[in-house]
Amino acid sequence: MGLGSFCVLIILIATFITWYGNNKALRVNHALDKDLKLPSLPKYYSFYAILWLIIPSTILILTWYIAKPLILDAIVLSFISENTITNFPGNTSMLVDRVKSINIERPFPGTDKNLIEAAVYLKQTLERVQTFTLLGILSLGCFLSFIAIKKIAPAFRARQVVEKYNVAILLVCSVVAIVTTIGIVFSLIFEALRFFDKIPLFDFLFGLSWSPQMAIREDQVASQGSFGAIPIFAGTLLITIIAMTVAIPVGLTSAIFLSQYASPMTRSIIKPILEILAGVPTVVYGFFAAITVGPFLKGLGDVFSLNIASESALAAGSVMGIMIIPFISSLSDDVMSAVPQNLKDGSYAMGATKSETVKKVILPAALPGIVGAILLAVSRAVGETMIVVMAAGIAANLTANPLEAVTTVTVQIVTLLIGDQEFDSAKTLAAFALGITLFVVTLMLNLFALRIVHKYREKYE
Amino acid sequence: MNKNTRIIAKSLKKRNRSESTFRLMGLLGIISAISFLVIILFSIINEGKKAFVSTQIKLDIFFDSKILDPGNSGKITEIENANYQTLIKASLLNFFPDVKTRNDQRDLLSMISSSEQENLMRTLTNDISLMNTKKEFWLKSSSKYDVINKNPEMIDFAEEDRLISNQQLFWFNELKKDNRVKFGFNKIFFTAADSTEPEQAGIWGSVMGSFFTLFVTLLLSFPIAVAAGVFLEELAPKNRFTHFIEVNINNLAAVPSIIFGLLGLAIFLNVMHLPRSAPLVGGMVLALMTLPTIIIATRASLKAVPPSIREAAIGMGATKMQTVTHHVLPLSMPGISTGTIIGMSQALGESAPLLMIGMVAFIVDVPESFLDSSTVLPVQIYLWKSTAARGFVELTAAGVLVLLTFLILMNSFAVIIRKKFEKKW
Repeated sequence: MGLGSFCVLIILIATFITWYGNNKALRVNHALDKDLKLPSLPKYYSFYAILWLIIPSTILILTWYIAKPLILDAIVLSFISENTITNFPGNTSMLVDRVKSINIERPFPGTDKNLIEAAVYLKQTLERVQTFTLLGILSLGCFLSFIAIKKIAPAFRARQVVEKYNVAILLVCSVVAIVTTIGIVFSLIFEALRFFDKIPLFDFLFGLSWSPQMAIREDQVASQGSFGAIPIFAGTLLITIIAMTVAIPVGLTSAIFLSQYASPMTRSIIKPILEILAGVPTVVYGFFAAITVGPFLKGLGDVFSLNIASESALAAGSVMGIMIIPFISSLSDDVMSAVPQNLKDGSYAMGATKSETVKKVILPAALPGIVGAILLAVSRAVGETMIVVMAAGIAANLTANPLEAVTTVTVQIVTLLIGDQEFDSAKTLAAFALGITLFVVTLMLNLFALRIVHKYREKYE
Repeated sequence: MNKNTRIIAKSLKKRNRSESTFRLMGLLGIISAISFLVIILFSIINEGKKAFVSTQIKLDIFFDSKILDPGNSGKITEIENANYQTLIKASLLNFFPDVKTRNDQRDLLSMISSSEQENLMRTLTNDISLMNTKKEFWLKSSSKYDVINKNPEMIDFAEEDRLISNQQLFWFNELKKDNRVKFGFNKIFFTAADSTEPEQAGIWGSVMGSFFTLFVTLLLSFPIAVAAGVFLEELAPKNRFTHFIEVNINNLAAVPSIIFGLLGLAIFLNVMHLPRSAPLVGGMVLALMTLPTIIIATRASLKAVPPSIREAAIGMGATKMQTVTHHVLPLSMPGISTGTIIGMSQALGESAPLLMIGMVAFIVDVPESFLDSSTVLPVQIYLWKSTAARGFVELTAAGVLVLLTFLILMNSFAVIIRKKFEKKW
């Protein structure tokens, strides 16, 4: 029995319980005295019963799926003899993985016969154990909900109880956000710590050379691989700066025009058009950067006899800048529109022109908000992946020249983790070390930016 | 006029000039932003429209029973396993009788896509009476010829840069002169999954992958996000804990998407041992990513419902929970669904986290369930872009067009819902 049939069964049972519970409550109510009716509507009694079916089964099912790998190991180890374990090259967990990966119908030729037998045994036992467990969970749920139906009586206020449970369920749903954050932090820290066991933190943060190729054999040349992340950080910084030099002027001037000069009509047309830029998937920008902008810049360089790499930082950075424009323009548009009218009126009354008002009154007043918007955009640019994966280089290159190819943190994470992964090599773990650096940096930027924007808003409210 | 007014009058011209320059700068900003958008769309449409048609070549195929069924057994299995390449070759040699050497014959045969052999087999086994008859077929050309046919400027390239040799180009032109070459609708692009040959690769596999992934995303994120939004906006006490939840949600909304991919890899794959490349895992990762978007939209549209509705319900004796579920939530549903669709369209365009959990594999079969290995639209675009063969460039652009079409559909649906159902209080 799989999860699918389990869900179907539980829905059927729930429908039955709703019907039965409603009927039962109505019957009880009917038999009662006029002065002593049930305090809640019948549906609350059946709802109460369903809660007793659903909540325990959900918890138990989750527990089962979390415990399943352990149970798998136990089944395999209980079947395999001591002899096979000692003969197997590698430790027991590798043996268990090997057994799990055997395809029973068509085993790989030359597979150990004992292992195939173990795999067959594993499959049969697992099916039996799973069916048994799922049926057990179901019958427990049914039992609990029938007890709940038995409780229907005038003394039992079902609505209050059901509402209390519902609030608890809603609370659990909102805690998912916290759980996700904790999950991110722990998964990153845990793997990153394993990385820093192999490579010292100092070498990672301040090393000048990045070449994560680890040797497969001990005696290979360059077997050590170096993990100095400075070239990557520098590349990320370079591309971010290029993106910002494109995005800040265009975004800011657009925002000024939209909030101060445009008529409501133009504004209502142009704003959604700019928002389209934010809705275009990043993979599309990446394609555009790699196929159109990269070759165009290369050709342009040839005209001026400049040597521009086809994966230059300039191509990736400028396209990323285009992507960032709407973030800056719409956020700074908001903050500039929020500057109180009386400040502007004061400036006009003194005879200032519109541009003078913008430059001398509105921009200074809105500056914290604009800075916040720019910081949010920077964090967006630093974490952007697809554009740089498709249009920037892979080799770590410590340079400040925008015409050369550089690499970024996100590109490295992707290249380190795509393909075969050995989860004990420094090469794959390095991706998590880069990941936590990225997470911390963007988190700082976001917290700081949100704080600025928040403070600024309070000032004028 | 006193001295001051004169100074002002003198400076006025300059100030007015700077005023108009400033205004012009703003206008330039808008124009450049919009022209970026136009350039991007134009260059992609220009490239992508080519992939919707494919070059087809008309050949007279003679279903020779000596080749297909030498034993004259009449068995279908025999005919299914026969060598259909020989039929195509015979037909081509019929047209170009001078081609003698083995190498030349192989070069000639490479003109027709290898997928057509199977199509011929299908045609014949469906209608066995075609045996020993001659029939005209429009066969798909291989990708190299397709590229040349679509980009006529490449004909003038030097032989080594051109994908096909002078000899091959000559044959192709001969066929063209005989009106045997046309553009036909590229059906394979809309029905097949990925392939190593550009002319046999299609988008359908990744569309289905995206569908399964987004289904999981919607199933997980919508209920959880609406529940969280309702709790935080309507029921939660204002205390430190709920404030902490809010800060968390705002931060998650700004965490780079690739970090969610790392989370999926470390927890869903390495700890929970869920299958790699499966839409289930992809959907779970994207659901975590979309949660903040939907929560924020839910809260905004709950906030927009005026307090008078709540007061009226409570005045009639409803409990807080009843007020929310019977009145406030239904009234804010249009806003919530708009936010959900926008969140879903973000998830549809997202690819970075899916690269981390192995949805970047080369998948030849159209996925049929939540556990089949599959890829999604944007990742398919990324995969095609990374492939060297020239024919994939157009496919990539066409994939982008398909993705953009889906996004436009989803967003216009959101706009329609908003326009039609949203109440202004």
